[in-house]
Amino acid sequence: MGNEKVKSSRRKFLKNATLLAAATVGYSWLKSSQYLIHAAEPEDKSLPWYGVVIDIQKCIGCGNCASACKKENDVPVEPFFFRTWVEQYTVKNDGSVDIVSPNGGIDGFKQTVPDEEIFKSFFVPKMCNHCAHSPCTQVCPVGATYISPEGVVLIDEKYCIGCRYCVQACPYGCRFIHPVKKVANKCTLCYHRLKKGLAPACMEVCPTGARMYGNLRDKDSAIVKYLKVHTTQVLRPNLNTGSKLYYNELSSEVR
Amino acid sequence: MVPTLTLIFAINIHTQMKFYLPPQIPRLAIAFGIFISLFLVLRYFLVPATFGEYGHYRGASLNDNAQFGIHYAGQEACFKCHQEIEDKKSQDVHVDIHCESCHGPGEKHVISSKVADVYRPAGSREFCGKCHALYPGRLKSTIAQVDLTKHNIGKNCIECHNPHQPWEMKK
Repeated sequence: MGNEKVKSSRRKFLKNATLLAAATVGYSWLKSSQYLIHAAEPEDKSLPWYGVVIDIQKCIGCGNCASACKKENDVPVEPFFFRTWVEQYTVKNDGSVDIVSPNGGIDGFKQTVPDEEIFKSFFVPKMCNHCAHSPCTQVCPVGATYISPEGVVLIDEKYCIGCRYCVQACPYGCRFIHPVKKVANKCTLCYHRLKKGLAPACMEVCPTGARMYGNLRDKDSAIVKYLKVHTTQVLRPNLNTGSKLYYNELSSEVR
Repeated sequence: MVPTLTLIFAINIHTQMKFYLPPQIPRLAIAFGIFISLFLVLRYFLVPATFGEYGHYRGASLNDNAQFGIHYAGQEACFKCHQEIEDKKSQDVHVDIHCESCHGPGEKHVISSKVADVYRPAGSREFCGKCHALYPGRLKSTIAQVDLTKHNIGKNCIECHNPHQPWEMKK
């Protein structure tokens, strides 16, 4: 009796041990190909994590950025689609706000409000916010838009099906359907230039240095030092998009 | 999660003296097996090669995006040949304005060295006025502005100012 009992418990132990080992090996195999189950998080901390600063006080509304962006990225001049554009805000003495952006600001601005009626006026350059929790990448049904390991929101033009979900998901209106390619298009922070060590085209041509980009991970970078000493604000912080486009001296009228 | 469930199931089977397996279970298991393997085969052929390499996207797309050609060469490329302009610019207020701000995209010119491949602004009142015209919304502390309706009417800016050295007035 006793002999049999030992035997049966040993067999049970061996069986269970084998199963446990098999399950562990099986699970570790599954884990190595985790993307089969869900998207892996890019964790490469050696790469930069890009952010952008725009200083509203420095913008003079020349439209160089919008024009250079179209030339650099072969965005059709017409119809009027923009990866970056400049808006002119005019707050009148009666409190109403006049917002215009004729041709994205490329041809310059004409102030139609008489001087004596203007309470204040300023320019707001707009572009992709390269959000860390971007709504546009979350809605893509095929995985054709994504946040690159450098924190730049990019589009896979070969894989995009042109369904326009992302266009309506972007709360900042930064996306459009390319009229020739018929796929989604947007600011890439000139990813092709960044990879060659060049500044994005809009920042290359900005005459006043109103735009600045840099590595948010590097605590000694110029952008982090700038953010340290300036009170900046992102657009629509209530949406929790994790926007990485910081505006200095942003007025509350800006939407 | 997965190994825990497997283990609990296995131990349950082994601890129970009598385990009754309903006959429809093996048949269902076969059907499930066929569907799952069919799905895996289809998936293998439908998912692009580098999909999931870094995340829920085609890894090769990063390279596709990096491969676009440039049009703006960047200031450093200009100064490789135009050292004298860099020297001039460095002495005056236009020091921080990059060449392609006024001269437009220069990559074509960098490759060909032809004068025709780069934009040469006329230095007209309209061109300089894009930045320097008196305008509400422009801070005086950010940029020098002139009232184009009063300032030397009828003359082009370039007749008095050197664009690379604006305060080095021409005679």
